[in-house]
Amino acid sequence: MPSKPSWFNLTSLVLGFSFLYLPIVILIVFSFNESRLVTVWAGFSTKWYAALLQNEQLLEAAWVTFRIGLTSATLATVLGTLAALVLARQGRFFGRTLFSGMIYAPLVMPEVILGLSLLLLFVAIDQNRGFWTIMIAHTTFSMCYVAIVVQSRLSGFDRSLEEAAMDLGCPPVRTFFRITLPQILPGVLAGWMLAFTLSLDDLVIASFNSGPGSTTLPMKIYSQVRLGVTPEINAICTILVVIVTIGVILASLLTKRQRFKRMEEERLAAAHL
Amino acid sequence: MTDPNLSSTDLLRSETIPPPRHELQEPENSPTNPTGKWGRFALICVPYVWLLLFFLVPFVIVAKISLSEAAVSIPPYLPVIDWGRGLLGLWEAAQRWSLDNYIWLTEDDLYWRAYVSSLQIAFISTLLTLLVGFPLAYGMARAPRSWQPTLVMMVILPFWTSFLIRVYAWIGILKTDGLLNQALIAIGIISEPLVILNTSIAVYIGIIYSYLPFMVLPLYSSLEKLDTTLIEAAEDLGCPPWKTFWRVTVPLAMPGVIAGCFLVFIPAVGEFVIPDLLGGSSTLMIGKTLWVEFFSNRDWPVASAVAIVLLVLLVIPILLFQRHETRRNEGDM
Repeated sequence: MPSKPSWFNLTSLVLGFSFLYLPIVILIVFSFNESRLVTVWAGFSTKWYAALLQNEQLLEAAWVTFRIGLTSATLATVLGTLAALVLARQGRFFGRTLFSGMIYAPLVMPEVILGLSLLLLFVAIDQNRGFWTIMIAHTTFSMCYVAIVVQSRLSGFDRSLEEAAMDLGCPPVRTFFRITLPQILPGVLAGWMLAFTLSLDDLVIASFNSGPGSTTLPMKIYSQVRLGVTPEINAICTILVVIVTIGVILASLLTKRQRFKRMEEERLAAAHL
Repeated sequence: MTDPNLSSTDLLRSETIPPPRHELQEPENSPTNPTGKWGRFALICVPYVWLLLFFLVPFVIVAKISLSEAAVSIPPYLPVIDWGRGLLGLWEAAQRWSLDNYIWLTEDDLYWRAYVSSLQIAFISTLLTLLVGFPLAYGMARAPRSWQPTLVMMVILPFWTSFLIRVYAWIGILKTDGLLNQALIAIGIISEPLVILNTSIAVYIGIIYSYLPFMVLPLYSSLEKLDTTLIEAAEDLGCPPWKTFWRVTVPLAMPGVIAGCFLVFIPAVGEFVIPDLLGGSSTLMIGKTLWVEFFSNRDWPVASAVAIVLLVLLVIPILLFQRHETRRNEGDM
């Protein structure tokens, strides 16, 4: 690798990242716009944020979304980690191809199909739609993302530690919690974060599976966006972007610190030998 | 789930001479799996049953409803299987199933055009995303090592922020009195505002923008692993840079190109939010047609038939993608 990036590479980096970030930056800037017009700057103001706090429907929707995200991300992390263990460690079993197919398909399956199919299931079993149906729907597709993230962590991991623990007579479940889980924890946490933001973000699947009283924030935003661009929406979006950014940066710092700590421990252990 | 022969020989062996623990297991079985048939069975079963129930069974139901006819009732389709009568109820319902909805899809050319234009839009925008994503991924892979984690993070970050928000952000930019037109008029490139919003150009921009991280990340992971000595060797032997690029870099980046293209193309075909918010009424895409059929026309059977046809169209790319990913992941191990 050359130590100094070439002119061409630098240009493509700058252009690429401006393309990725400029729209979001513009959105954030205009959430502080005095005027109702979203495209004409008329001075700094935070009045749209104050207006948000008065909007009870919106706060209600945010609360529903948050609860769905929390429960579905947690359940998806458990199921997804199990699925990753199955994919990475169980070798062959009857129906493995179907299993891995069901893990990979939801990653690319159009959301309208996932949403419609789950809705028809809930109708067929006569289940009223609401909080729980959205939760189950979100768990189902986000567990696949968790499985992929954790699986990649599992495949790049030293198995001899597990084997050593087992040889010394540690029962399998305990080996998992004492040896395997701490090692894959960054992957599991990243999986949880991903599942949480996917749930926070989803419009299509939630629209199919929601019922009265369980309108989520994206559904609320969507119905307002259809009426036009307003600074209030910019303000909600800004808040969401800030929350997610802080979350992702915290998570990455956490995993970095953990990696550093482990390297330090390994160095100490080596020094003792 | 488990091979009965395999586990019974295991049992036999453990009864006779207790061998060292790790020899007890099959080479591919790791200590992580709870030893014994039942532990393994339970580990496999929990996620498996969940996916069967909430992923596979729903498709069977969609297929079934696509054979029904719409009705003004709750649920809005007929016939409803009377499970109270057991298999007889299923048989009676099955006799009333018909392919009318599928025939309807072929008769009204709206659906046909929607499928074709979805495939076309998805295909073109996948190519454009590749074109935009490749230089970015290449620049990332060639950047100094110490920058790279931050650059990867910067590509992932927009992916974590809401899809809806990112699409919404473009409305303000592309509108007739939006920022892009204001800027272009201000620097004097155009005198009349361009109409971009509510055209297919806006849909292309939306797809490229939203799916760019999906393209860049697999590309980057291929390019980053690329052995630069190969490029140096080609250059030392007098190969011109553009030829080195085509003959060395591109073939080696192929796994990333393929993965990225699948990750963009497949979901883009069924995209709903982007054509709905940016494409306006002039852009026909099948995800939107399905949505309208379901929510506005409340014709569940036709919506189901649209979904089944879309699924059939996507099954081959999805299977190819799954095979590619499995091979890529196992290759990494």
